[in-house]
Amino acid sequence: MSVELVGLALLMGLVTYPSRALPLLVPGIERLPAWALEYLRLVGPAVLAAIGAVNVIVFVDAGTGRPEFHVGIEWLAILVCITLVAWRRNLLIGLVAAVGLVAVARFVGVAALPV
Amino acid sequence: MREDLPALSATPDGGSPNGEMPDNGSSLAVSRRRLVVEAIGIGASALAFGFVYGLSAREAGFSPIEAIAMSTLVFAGAAQFAAVGYVIQGLAWPGVILLTFLLNARHVLYSAALAPWLREVPRPRRAVMAHLLTDEAFALTIGHFGRLKRTDEWGYWVAAIGSTWIPWNLATIAGVVLGAQIPDPARFGLDIVFPAAMAGLAVGLVMGRRELVAAIVGAGLGVVVGLIVSPPVGIIAGGLLGPLAGMAVPRRPDEPVVELGTPGSAERYSMPGAHYGDLVVHGKDDRP
Repeated sequence: MSVELVGLALLMGLVTYPSRALPLLVPGIERLPAWALEYLRLVGPAVLAAIGAVNVIVFVDAGTGRPEFHVGIEWLAILVCITLVAWRRNLLIGLVAAVGLVAVARFVGVAALPV
Repeated sequence: MREDLPALSATPDGGSPNGEMPDNGSSLAVSRRRLVVEAIGIGASALAFGFVYGLSAREAGFSPIEAIAMSTLVFAGAAQFAAVGYVIQGLAWPGVILLTFLLNARHVLYSAALAPWLREVPRPRRAVMAHLLTDEAFALTIGHFGRLKRTDEWGYWVAAIGSTWIPWNLATIAGVVLGAQIPDPARFGLDIVFPAAMAGLAVGLVMGRRELVAAIVGAGLGVVVGLIVSPPVGIIAGGLLGPLAGMAVPRRPDEPVVELGTPGSAERYSMPGAHYGDLVVHGKDDRP
């Protein structure tokens, strides 16, 4: 059983802990300029959107190793998920709808399984 | 705006966060009961999303030990989901660590907001409390302390461990173990869980034009740079430059803003669909 990523988890925990601990242990250290707070506030939507988009649009060709533009049922599933989350403010509903759509599309043969 | 919450990063008026204010035993019991009810709701949500995380991690090739290590050592939902994406795309560890640091830096404000309330707690216990500080724990705790107008350490442990740490880790184990029993997950559409979760989490953080522009530019840059260079570089470019594009957008005077380090921001970052009683905030600034 692989344990390689345990080291990554440890490093991720180590860079997260100071943010959680420093103000509790050394009060007053948390003062940040307004622009830094605004930047950090916007990192969440930017990085999560980047990960989601890259994951469904950019596929790496197994043969050549080159990134390629991908169009598939995943686009529609993500769109449905985004719409439902924006409307209902509930991620679970969006996830269930996205999974259901992809599963049905693949079952009836209108969408291919990922290579 | 709630009137019964304490000022963040400041001792609440009319009482000490350390219990010097006269306490009413019945109000303590009432607030604890409410905390437990809210914690049960958050715990149910943590179970569901912990399971989804376990499935996603398994899909990405994490072993059970690796997935569980993430949930115990990092213990930050959005960063853990993002890490699954980084691993899928082959992002180098320094990139993962940089983006994790930026994504989790908001905790500094939760920690600062709780510091005045917890200053009398012995330092070793505060050090442990810090590791368990999540969006959910913060939102539940600050509401509980605010109702009481004093510290109740028991409440923090219930919020941090009972509502989140235990269900999140149990569900991670269930997701990663049961996920391994599914012979062809893509046939059931489970490969879409991860990107859909990322997109849904991003939508949950969008409140105004700035977040929207940051998300759109982040996604667009991620794809373009991902196609030209490689997917991992695309994620870094989108994650680091998207916020700059958002900051360039002027904010409308009436645009709602939920500042980091407030209960409203905690709810935005926590598992969407989870609600902290009446802590759902839609106003310009949810600082009391």
